[in-house]
Amino acid sequence: MTRSLQLTADGQLKHLLTLDGLSPAILTRILDTAESFIDVGEREVKKVPLLRGKAIFNLFFEPSTRTRTTFEIAAKRLSADVVNLNIAASAQSKGETVLDTVSNLTAMHADMFIVRHAQSGAAHFIAQHVEPHISVVNAGDGRHAHPTQGLLDMFTIRRYKGAFHNLRVAIVGDVLHSRVARSQIHALTTLGVPEVRVIAPRTLLPTGVEQMGVHVFHDMQAGLKDVDVIIMLRLQNERMKGARLPSAQEYFKQYGLTPEKLALAKPDAIVMHPGPMNRGVEIDSEVADGPQSVILPQVTYGIAVRMAVMSLLMGPAQ
Amino acid sequence: MNAPLPDTATLLNTLAEAIRPNLSPETALVGIHTGGVWVAEWLHRAMGIKTPLGTLDISFYRDDFSQRGLHPEVKTTQLPFNVEDHPIILVDDVLYTGRTIRAAMNELFDYGRPGGIHLAALVDRGGRQLPIQPDFAGAKIELPAGKNIQLQRNEQGNLILLIQ
Repeated sequence: MTRSLQLTADGQLKHLLTLDGLSPAILTRILDTAESFIDVGEREVKKVPLLRGKAIFNLFFEPSTRTRTTFEIAAKRLSADVVNLNIAASAQSKGETVLDTVSNLTAMHADMFIVRHAQSGAAHFIAQHVEPHISVVNAGDGRHAHPTQGLLDMFTIRRYKGAFHNLRVAIVGDVLHSRVARSQIHALTTLGVPEVRVIAPRTLLPTGVEQMGVHVFHDMQAGLKDVDVIIMLRLQNERMKGARLPSAQEYFKQYGLTPEKLALAKPDAIVMHPGPMNRGVEIDSEVADGPQSVILPQVTYGIAVRMAVMSLLMGPAQ
Repeated sequence: MNAPLPDTATLLNTLAEAIRPNLSPETALVGIHTGGVWVAEWLHRAMGIKTPLGTLDISFYRDDFSQRGLHPEVKTTQLPFNVEDHPIILVDDVLYTGRTIRAAMNELFDYGRPGGIHLAALVDRGGRQLPIQPDFAGAKIELPAGKNIQLQRNEQGNLILLIQ
């Protein structure tokens, strides 16, 4: 249902809610478009007039710094007017429903909503109810999806590795609670990565994860061997309380990425992390700040990728 | 119906001769994707211009984005010289409504304040919708609005103008 909702009758992107079900052609189109936006960030005037006069609302029902900021910068570089709403702290706490909030912002002539919500399906729900001229971008919903993060990760991999068809990619950590991992797995398999691995303790893997087309490992020694790309996931501190894990120290010992464990991968392997990082929990500072880390370029590329998504969604009037 | 135009090589030479007296050692050529880049590449080589060639993709500056959306193949803009104070010759293959040139000038100014901009077109086909005129042109051809004139590059790298 999500799949058909985000595409128009002629197959154009209308909303971006999930990467699940998007064709390789659409993913590639977004990555190619992002490539041409990279230059905009490097020149004297970091702005193009593409979305002049459009109003983009950042609807963040859940706190975020990096994602919200990069969406804001992306919108501004496209010359859109961007309004940031920290809903957790405003209308919602006064009892307004999500749809009432959306209706009010629509009455203010919104053209696009960027939605972050703790509940899976929130962006989808909003997309079902907005007026036809409005586009919705999912900026992370519960455990479900974080498509722009998945796309910027693909963009980063393509920039450093050139192609997808000859790669071995390992995703390490809390796959169970990670919307980022889900989006990454969909995108990696769609773009033709022959071997996607997930490495995690059993308690942090969703049941039936193998059906997503990944190889499951519970041990870093075996899982990291000869990989080209390592994607570390954030271990959310609140997971410790749920007795899924013994302790942060124990987790680091087994699954934290140290220089010794990194040495198991190919010598030119890159290390990625969607942020925010827990140094000393899932990743050693020496690796995070080391020569194989592309964690900060990921952030920079995130702006270009979000510019590409916004400009592709806001093309011709429907 | 495709009809070949006056020999394209002749037009390129005419254009080069028109530009030549106006060159200074600092002059930079900037071609507009895609046909304009081909013409600019040819001129750059034929006239032995020292400043590296610039290329411009105006997709992000078009005035018909809300009707037509983003062009399916956005090329990159590369200006490998400092735009600030540089004399620039903007090169396009076919000059028609002038809207592409408006977009190109806006984009150039986002890189700095050029010392000056001149406009060179291989063919001026009339039909302007903006107060923009070429400083140098290979030929001026009046074409009705329904006709389309296009520059193509064959496998040998030769440029050929076609009317469709």
